[in-house]
Amino acid sequence: MSDQTVLEVHRYLPDEDAEPRFQSYEVTYKEKWVVLDAMNHIKAEIDPTLSFRWSCRMGICGSCGMMVNGEPKLTCETFIRDYHPDTIKVEPLTHFPVVRDLVINMEDFMEKLPSVSPWLIPAEDEPLEDGEHQQTPAQVAQYQRFSMCINCMLCYSACPVYGLDSKFTGPAALALAQRYNLDSRDDGHGHRADAVTAHEGIWESTYVGECTQVCPKGVDPAGAIQMLKLSYALDWAKSLVMPRGGRT
Amino acid sequence: MEPGTRRQGRGSAFWWDEAGEDLVRRRQNRLPPPPHPFQTSLQFDGVTRYDEWFVTSLIVADGRCQGVTAIEIRTGEMHSIGAGSVILCTGGGGRVYPFTTNGNIKTGDGMALAYRAGVPLKDMEFVQYHPTGLRGTGILITEAARGEGGILVNNEGRRYLQDYDLGLPLDIKDPNHPHKRTMELDPRDRLSQAFIKERAAGRTFQDPDGDYVHLDIRHLGERTIDRKIPMVRELAVRYVGIDPVNQPIPVRTVVHYMMGGIDTDINCATSLPGLFAAGECACVSVNGANRLGSNSLTEILVFGARAGVAAVDHAGQVPPPSRQLLEAARRAEQARLEDTLFQRNGSGETVAGIRADLQRSLEEGAGIFRDQQALERTCAIIAELKRRYQSLALADRSQTFNTELIAALELGAMIDVGEAIAHSALARTESRGSHQRTDHPHRDNDRFLKHSLAYRGEGDPRIGYRDVTITRWPPSERVYGNV
Repeated sequence: MSDQTVLEVHRYLPDEDAEPRFQSYEVTYKEKWVVLDAMNHIKAEIDPTLSFRWSCRMGICGSCGMMVNGEPKLTCETFIRDYHPDTIKVEPLTHFPVVRDLVINMEDFMEKLPSVSPWLIPAEDEPLEDGEHQQTPAQVAQYQRFSMCINCMLCYSACPVYGLDSKFTGPAALALAQRYNLDSRDDGHGHRADAVTAHEGIWESTYVGECTQVCPKGVDPAGAIQMLKLSYALDWAKSLVMPRGGRT
Repeated sequence: MEPGTRRQGRGSAFWWDEAGEDLVRRRQNRLPPPPHPFQTSLQFDGVTRYDEWFVTSLIVADGRCQGVTAIEIRTGEMHSIGAGSVILCTGGGGRVYPFTTNGNIKTGDGMALAYRAGVPLKDMEFVQYHPTGLRGTGILITEAARGEGGILVNNEGRRYLQDYDLGLPLDIKDPNHPHKRTMELDPRDRLSQAFIKERAAGRTFQDPDGDYVHLDIRHLGERTIDRKIPMVRELAVRYVGIDPVNQPIPVRTVVHYMMGGIDTDINCATSLPGLFAAGECACVSVNGANRLGSNSLTEILVFGARAGVAAVDHAGQVPPPSRQLLEAARRAEQARLEDTLFQRNGSGETVAGIRADLQRSLEEGAGIFRDQQALERTCAIIAELKRRYQSLALADRSQTFNTELIAALELGAMIDVGEAIAHSALARTESRGSHQRTDHPHRDNDRFLKHSLAYRGEGDPRIGYRDVTITRWPPSERVYGNV
């Protein structure tokens, strides 16, 4: 049946199901379709009760992340043709509580995000009347890739450290901490120290990060975490040598 | 500075090629990307977010807006939120058309909320099509692709814009290409109209996902493409598997923006005290009959700020809503949904079915070219869809993250917005900006140098008019090409 695509989709409705189950849907194979197209076809034509998040279908909103054959993916840019003629298994992102079907609860991340102060903390208050902040292209390049995060949660799903202990701040939030630490307009490095180093998870992260491999925007959280480790370890070393002179 | 301390942010300019691209390309050497607005908002403890709550109605009492009712999507629970002022900033409604750059959530909910509360929708007939949406997806391929020298080519390999009074092409090897007035950079509506005429003449490429033409940027070379318009390459490769370094990009006209919206004054206040609107859902009349690229940033930044100031001012002058009012509103709204969408037995009508018919009828009647006959047919279809919507029943009766329920509520908004578009377009018997009537091809300033105002009624909407305020630039003939 090479002209058909079979999707094995995770179903779970807490009001009714004691356990999650899988439901099989068969759709016509379309070479141009991404997994999200097939999911929308199922919802429109076969089963309106299937629940999942999506919106922009262009890798900007970050809401359509799911496990596709065991890997965290944005379903809007995951082509069915890359799996054809195999069955495609669609599950909610791992490491998160499931609200329903493919919808995860990401409250944990929403609580962690403010903990790293992901906003500019300038050295001194600068009134609006002083005009625009300016940066050279080189200064922008320092942090730009870390600013591309769309909060899609793929990196949390891929992160072995977060999988073992959800207290770990995690890749996206830490990458954002580093994004602001690297911004020439920001002086919040010391302010973020406690939040960044609070959990030992940061020291367990390795340079060859699963988070970086799955990131659809090229953010490289693993690289950000290595940079954070180095800079905060240096701070610690300086504080030993120069108790008052180190960066605070 | 500690989190939660108030401080003022500084102005900044977007600089990626997906937003405000014109501004950016000229200024990217100086202005950095702005701090992320959502992340920046997290430092203010005074901001309480209600993530994934869907507003179902405005609470109106004593002649003013006093809050909203909203469903918490995760639990299905209905809530009411009292407020001295409410600002609608729900964006546009491109999803009422079948092919749009807009995300799935852009269903015109905010416009419908105001419309149902008696606030008119202004200038709804003005719908902007962008000439270069990526085939099959509707993903926007930015103007910057043409700004850098990209050309539009039909299935005969001809730069067809030259056949539509948009000027003559300079050779792509000419050092002056692309010059400031190159035909590929003429306004979005003219380019979109040319596409429709090419398609009628059989000179577009056929495709089951919709006909298309070629946007060719190959001559720019890989280096320029990667340096100047990396997002264009990324989108084409990721979503249609075409690398524009080696192959032309398949594009077609796509619904992009609504110039019309909730009628507001210059402080973003509507005719309903306590209700404000800003951004694409509003019509503060920055865009007239045809938006220019990047002016949506003005609507967000300038009028978003003005709405905030005006809303704070108003909220300080009114007493808080009573608990009885909020509770009564919550109960009434819960009962409304339980008695309708949740109680009916299946009638064969589905959200997807009605939605597809609505989208098709708007494209056919209220698309790039319009005439009386087609618009009357669209208005009749929408009236019928309103009746069909009354018998819509949900297959999903769950309280937990019920996306069919939300889609049904969104569909209700889409029908209201579609009705306002079609009737406003039918009443405007002239051509102006993005509104092109083949049966009334000329601008008629005597009768129609006016804003239209659609008021919701029991049956068809009532269309009224208001004079346009003209300050520095009176309207004049639009002339393009080598003049």
